[in-house]
Amino acid sequence: MNARVIWVGYKTLVIKEVTRILRIWSQTIIPPAITMTLYFVIFGNLIGRRIGDMGGFDYMQFIVPGLVTMSVITNSYGNIVSSFFGAKFGKYIEELLISPLPSWVIMAGYVTGAVVRGLMVGAVVTLIALFFTKLEVHSWPVTLSVILLTAILFALAGLINAIFAQKFDDIAIVPTFVLTPLTYLGGVFYSISLLPEFWQRVSAFNPILYVVNAFRWGVLGVSDVPLTHAYGIIILAVAVLGAACLYLLHRGTGLRT
Amino acid sequence: MDALSINQLRKTYANGVEALKGISLRVEEGDFFALLGPNGAGKSTLIGIVSSLVNATGGEVKVFGTSVQADRSRAMSHIGLVPQEINFNQFERPWDILLNQAGYYGIPRKLARQRAERYLKQLDLWDKRDTSSRTLSGGMKRRLMIARAMVHEPRLLILDEPTAGVDIEIRRSMWEFIQQINDAGTTVILTTHYLEEAEQLCRHIAIIDHGEIIENTTMKSLLSKLDVETFVLDLRESVFEPPQIDGMQIAQRDENTLEVSLPKQKSLNALFGALDSRGLHVLSMRNKANRLEELFLRLVDKNAQQNGGGSQ
Repeated sequence: MNARVIWVGYKTLVIKEVTRILRIWSQTIIPPAITMTLYFVIFGNLIGRRIGDMGGFDYMQFIVPGLVTMSVITNSYGNIVSSFFGAKFGKYIEELLISPLPSWVIMAGYVTGAVVRGLMVGAVVTLIALFFTKLEVHSWPVTLSVILLTAILFALAGLINAIFAQKFDDIAIVPTFVLTPLTYLGGVFYSISLLPEFWQRVSAFNPILYVVNAFRWGVLGVSDVPLTHAYGIIILAVAVLGAACLYLLHRGTGLRT
Repeated sequence: MDALSINQLRKTYANGVEALKGISLRVEEGDFFALLGPNGAGKSTLIGIVSSLVNATGGEVKVFGTSVQADRSRAMSHIGLVPQEINFNQFERPWDILLNQAGYYGIPRKLARQRAERYLKQLDLWDKRDTSSRTLSGGMKRRLMIARAMVHEPRLLILDEPTAGVDIEIRRSMWEFIQQINDAGTTVILTTHYLEEAEQLCRHIAIIDHGEIIENTTMKSLLSKLDVETFVLDLRESVFEPPQIDGMQIAQRDENTLEVSLPKQKSLNALFGALDSRGLHVLSMRNKANRLEELFLRLVDKNAQQNGGGSQ
């Protein structure tokens, strides 16, 4: 297929998605900023002062990478799931399905939109964090690559959710009953070294643990899991979910009858 | 070259419903083709498969020689679709809807803007380009879908009941626009329940019923199959019983109105002459039903009887 058609089509989808994010900024940017400010005030400042150090850092500094990761996860996931399912529900996904664009371009366009939203919110949360504590990034390459991979990973997961969703309830179930508990149990607020050995082993099955800790290593230089393991798991998950999305879109699951 | 060629196309849905039972069809390039059939006949399934929204169970569809199954992207680049249901983002502006659609077909922004302006103007939507699409009237929404389907200037335009629920004035302006597009060389496939629309616009016609093509011919040859035409005559004089005229069936509606079933071999002159000789003068005359409508109902009824059911 003509490369120009692919490039123009991809650009169009990204512009459409980013325009949507900016058009409804009061729903996409402001709520996560307020929620994270409350986390910083309540957990970091009020409770954190009584907790003391964690992993060699004061508690506020320790939770900043976790909260930034959490906002990137929920926003990249939430963006794609609502945008793609909205297009399915309103039937305007058909505009894309009957176009010459291949499935991978549709996937890339929506994932890019979700990544942009995740990173925008992540940047806003980082700026808010700077009002509460000082941050000196330990490794920029690790910090940036992990947060980018995290946004891609959860955008892909959100896309799969949206592909299978038949009604609005279906796009709320996974974030509420799967994503949020896994995020809270993924070491955002604590080091898993504080847990009994059994729960440490259970935590090792939580993919969010690797994302949070890899990002924390990038920012603070500390992690509960080896960085290479974390990278390996994140990249493998991106590859598996990416392949699954492509397969589902190509097959037309939930989209073509 | 055929704009569309369909060979032994079958579709059985997951619930076991056999929507298409091995349909074969050809639409020549430049044609204005009517695809008619009662509700549930399989028209939308057929259009869905051609536009790749529905996966076929068997058979093949080619658009300008490119197989939809083998090279979907290339085949789709030739098609513009106006679906039955509204399917654009109602929170977007018409202007953005057209620009996005152009982008999905690889049309650069500058050219997309020129085309969006042209089609919005041609379809009387230019003044509404910056308003939210959900505030448009039903007729405007339908015209917006036509503009959207035209923005990448497809070689094959498929219109699935484009004038449903649209008032007669707008319907006629839409016919004019679609006719112009066809005159300019775009092949048009039209499904409609307004048979007058199909009769006026289309050169070829296929009638589909119960997932099968029951008629596929030129409009002229189909209409020539109508062996009896029924006319309603308004008379100047009052009549108290219908006149008897050899070879014609005449019924009385009221004292000034007759309903005459005229066989094809009898001329209207013979009818007027016979009435004149009885001192009856015709003030006005109209067809009882649209000619295509009469044929359509007969064909569908015949097919229903052959399938052991009643007409729909």
